[in-house]
Amino acid sequence: MSKQNKESKSIWYILLGLAGSGLFIIILTLLSRGKAIPLLDPKGFIADEQYRLLVVSVAIMVAFAAIVLFFIYFFAWKYRETNEKSSHNPHAGRSRWLLFTAWAAPILVCIVLVSIMLPATQELEPQKPIESDTKQLTIRVIAMRWKWVFLYPDQDVATVNYVQIPVDTPVRFELTADEAPMNGFWIPHLGGMLYAMTEHVNPLNLIAHTTGDYEGGASEINGHGFAGMRFTTRVSSQEAFDTWVKEAQQADELDATAYQQLLQPSEDTPPAVYSSPTNQKIFDTMLKKYAGSHDHYTNTEHTEHHE
Amino acid sequence: MRDFLLGKLDASALPHEWHTIAGSISLGLALLAVVGFITYKKRWTWLWKEWLTTVDPKKIGIMYFIVGGLMLLRGGLDAIMLWLQQALAGSGHGYLSAQHFQEIFTAHGNIMVFFVAMALIFGFINYIVPLQIGARDLASPFLNTLGFWLYVAGVIMINMFFFVGGEYAAAGWLAVAPLSGPEFSQGVGMDYWIWSLQISGIGTTLGAINFIMTILRMRAKGMTLLKMPLFTWGSLCSMVMAVSVFPLLTMTIFLLFVDRYFGTHFFTTSGGGNPMMYTNLIWMWGHPEVYIIMLPSFGIFSEVVSTFSRKPVAFYKTAVAGMIGVATISLLVWLHHFFTMGAGADVNSAFGVATMLIGIPTTVLLFNWIGTMYKGRIRFTTPFLWFLGFAIVFAIGGITGILLAIPPVDFQLHNSLFLVAHFHSTAIGGVLFGIFAGLNYWFPKIAGFRLNERIGRYAVWSWIVGFFVAFTPLYILGLMGATRRLDQYDASRGWQPFFVVSLIGGVIIMIGVALQLIQIIASFMQRRDLADTTGDPWDSRNLEWSTPSTPPIYNFAIIPEVTSRDAFWEMKQSPQPKPPYQDIHMPKNTATGIYISAFAFLMGFGFVWHINWLAVVSIIGAIVVVVMRMFDENTEYTIPAAVVEEMEETRAREITSIKAQQKPDHEDMGLVEFATTTLKWALSLVRRKT
Repeated sequence: MSKQNKESKSIWYILLGLAGSGLFIIILTLLSRGKAIPLLDPKGFIADEQYRLLVVSVAIMVAFAAIVLFFIYFFAWKYRETNEKSSHNPHAGRSRWLLFTAWAAPILVCIVLVSIMLPATQELEPQKPIESDTKQLTIRVIAMRWKWVFLYPDQDVATVNYVQIPVDTPVRFELTADEAPMNGFWIPHLGGMLYAMTEHVNPLNLIAHTTGDYEGGASEINGHGFAGMRFTTRVSSQEAFDTWVKEAQQADELDATAYQQLLQPSEDTPPAVYSSPTNQKIFDTMLKKYAGSHDHYTNTEHTEHHE
Repeated sequence: MRDFLLGKLDASALPHEWHTIAGSISLGLALLAVVGFITYKKRWTWLWKEWLTTVDPKKIGIMYFIVGGLMLLRGGLDAIMLWLQQALAGSGHGYLSAQHFQEIFTAHGNIMVFFVAMALIFGFINYIVPLQIGARDLASPFLNTLGFWLYVAGVIMINMFFFVGGEYAAAGWLAVAPLSGPEFSQGVGMDYWIWSLQISGIGTTLGAINFIMTILRMRAKGMTLLKMPLFTWGSLCSMVMAVSVFPLLTMTIFLLFVDRYFGTHFFTTSGGGNPMMYTNLIWMWGHPEVYIIMLPSFGIFSEVVSTFSRKPVAFYKTAVAGMIGVATISLLVWLHHFFTMGAGADVNSAFGVATMLIGIPTTVLLFNWIGTMYKGRIRFTTPFLWFLGFAIVFAIGGITGILLAIPPVDFQLHNSLFLVAHFHSTAIGGVLFGIFAGLNYWFPKIAGFRLNERIGRYAVWSWIVGFFVAFTPLYILGLMGATRRLDQYDASRGWQPFFVVSLIGGVIIMIGVALQLIQIIASFMQRRDLADTTGDPWDSRNLEWSTPSTPPIYNFAIIPEVTSRDAFWEMKQSPQPKPPYQDIHMPKNTATGIYISAFAFLMGFGFVWHINWLAVVSIIGAIVVVVMRMFDENTEYTIPAAVVEEMEETRAREITSIKAQQKPDHEDMGLVEFATTTLKWALSLVRRKT
C-alpha cells in the first residue's frame, strides 16, 4: 500500500470515529429523554447553586483541557514520521516560553477555580442555616438498618422512608444513626449529601422551591438492605403540609416500644406515618445511649435548644 | 478440644453455594491442570530452582506479571458480574443476592488495586529499574523475593474463601468502619480481607524499602539522580510514598483486627469507638495509594513519548519536579474522600485547595509530553497509541477529579456513579493504559520478541471505545442520582437502559482483553520472526536497551559509565571501546522468602478461623526462619571473568543464528491468519492422536 493511500485511509478512520461518537451521544440523549436528571434539574436553592458551580467549573476545565488535548493530538498528527513536510529538530520544544506556559497556565486555572470554590464552600456549608423569612422546620433523621426514620419535634409526627416538607421553607435535617453503620443521606433534587452516624448529629440545611415528589436514598454502603434504603421527599404547599401533619397526628403512635421495634433490621421497609408526641424524648434517649461512651459529645446544646 | 484445634472451622465452611462451588471447582481444576502439566513434563526441580527460589529481579518481575495478569482476569470477571446484575436489576431482581453483589464489588476493588495494579507496577519496577540504572541486582535480593511471596500469600488468601468459608468481605474495598467491625460484619469474609491485605501490604513495604535503597545506592558510575530515566524517577517517588503510607495501612488494619478479635473499641459505634478515625486513617493511606500506582505509569508514558518521538524529554527537571510535587501533595489531600462527613467549611476548603494543587504538577507533565512531541518524528506504535488513549481518558478523569475537589459539588456527586466513573477514568486511563503501554514497549526486552502490532492496535481501539461506552452512561447515571453499589433499583427511575449500555461497553472492554491475550499468543507463534536481535528494537534512549533481549542474569557484562541523560542514545552516537570482562558477584537463590510467606499465610489463616495455636506456631516459625537467614553468610557466588566472556560469546552466536533464520519481509499476523493457524495446529494435534 502506498503512503498516500495509508494517509487517506487514516482520515476515514477519524471520520468513522467522529460519526461513532456522534451516534453514541444521540443514543444517550434519546435514552435520557423524559427521565429525571436531578443534578441538572434542581428543585431547591442549594441544589441550584451546586448545579451552577458544577456547570461553571466544568466549562472552565473543559475549555482548558480542550486546548491541551488539541496540542497533543495535533502534534502527534503533524509530526508523524510519514509526514515529510514537517520539520524535525531533536532539540526543539525546550523554549522558555513553553516552560513558562506549562507552569503558568495550570496555576492560573487553579487560581480561578480556587477563587470560585472558596466562597462557595462557605456559602453552601450544610451546617449553615438558610436565610429566609419563613420559620425554619427541624426534622431529625435517624438512619437504621435499613430504613430512614424522620422525627418532627415541633409537629409531634414521625415517619419512616417518607418525608414531607413545605415549599420555600428552610429545613434543617439533623442527621444521626442508631445501631447502624455510617450512612449517607441524599436528596439529589434538593442538594448535596451528608453522612449520618451514631453519636453525632450532623445538620444539613436544605430548601425546596418547587413542589413535587423527589427520590432520596442512602449513599454509603451499609449492609444487605443498602439498595432498599430509599425514601420519597414530598414537597407540598404549606397548607397541604399542615393538613398532612393534622392527619398524621391521628395515626398510630411511635412511642419508645414502637421505636425499639423499628430498630430491628428490616429490608425494603414500606413508608409509614406515625403520630409521635414523645419523639423529642425518644431522640434524646437514643443520643444518650452513645453520648455516655464519649466525652466530647458536642451537639447536646443544640438538642436542648428545642425543648 | 475441638474448638482449640479447629477454632470456628466446621463443615459449614465448605463450599455449598453456586458461586463458591463454581469458584472452587474451576480454581481446583486449573490448579490440577498446572500441577499435572508440570509433573508430566518433569519440570518441578527446574521450576523450583530456576523460578520459585530465584532472587533475580527479572524473573521475579515476570512472576509478578503472571500472577497480576491472572488476577486482572479474575477482577475483570467480577466486573462483568457486577455489570450484568445492574443491567438485569431494572426488570426483576437480577441473579445475585445483595450479599453476593456486595462481596463481588469489594473483591473487584481489592483485587484491581492491590493484586493487579500494584503487582504489575512492581513487575515493571523489578524488571526495568535495575536495567535503567545500570545495576546487576537489587540492594537486597532476599527482601525482594520475600516481598513477592508475601504478595502471593495475599493472593491465595483473598481467593481462599471459595474453598473454606464461602463468604468474602462485603464492606467495600476499604472496609469502612463501623460496617467492617464486629457489630455489623461477623463473618470470616472480613477477616480474609484483613489478612490478605495485611500480608501483601507488608510485602509492599519491604519491596518499597528495597527499591529505594537500590535506586539511591546501586546506580552505575556517573548516573547522578538528575540523569536517571523518568520511569526510575516515577518509581522512586512511588516507592518513597509507599514506605511513607503503607505502615499506616498496616496499623489501621491491625486496629480493626484487634477490634474484631479481642473486642476492643477503636472503630466501633459503642464503647467510645470512633469510626470517623478509621475513615481518616484508611484514606491517609488510600489517596497516596492512587498515586503510588500512577507515578510509575507517568514515568512509562514519558519514556514512550520520548522514544517514539525520537527526542529527549523536553523539560526533564520540570517533569521530575512535577512527579515529586504530585507525590508530596498527594499526602495532604485525603480528606477530599469524605467532605460529606461534616467537618465544616474551613477544613473542607483547605483540603479542596490542596487537591486542586495536585492538578498543577499533573498538567505540567502533560505539557512536558507536548513539548517532547513538538518537532519530533512520531511513530504510531502500540505503546504510543496507548499514550494517545490515555491522554483523553485521563483528561476526563482529571476534570471530574478537580470537580469533585469542590466541596459543594462533591456533596452532590459523592458516592454516586459519577464518582465511580471518575476513578475508573483515572485508574483505567492513568494506570492500566500506562501498564499496557509499558508492556508493549518493554515486551521485546522481557520476552526476546516484540508483540504483534496489528492485533495490538485492535486491542487499543477496543479498550478506548469500550471505556467510553461503559463509563459515559455511569457519568450520566450519577447526574440522575444513582448511588454506587446498588444491587437493586426501581424500574420507574429509568436507569436500566444506561446500565445496559454500560454492560455493552464492558463486553467491548472484555473483547479488548481477549485481543490482548490473542496478541501475546500470536506473537509467541511468530516469535522467531519477531525476535529482537539488536537489543534495541525501538531505537530507544535508556540503558535497559543497551543489553541484549533478553538480558543475561547479570544484566550488564560490563557496567556502563554514564555521562549524560539518555545514556544509551549517547553511546549509540559515539561508541566507546569495551573494557575487559571482570568477575561478577551474584546473589544465590533462596527459598527463605517462600518459607516465611507460608508461615505468614498460616498465621493469617489461624487468625481468620480463631485457631490460636496455628497463629502462634506460625509466628514463631517465621521468626525462626528469619533468624536462620540472618546467620547465613553464604549468600553470594562469583561468575569468573572467563565464564562471563564465554557466556557473552555463546549469546552472540545464538543471536546470529536467530537472525539468519528470520524472514526478511515478514508481516505481523492478523486475526484471520491467527484463527487459521490455531485451527490447523489443533487439527494436527487431533490427527496425531488418531
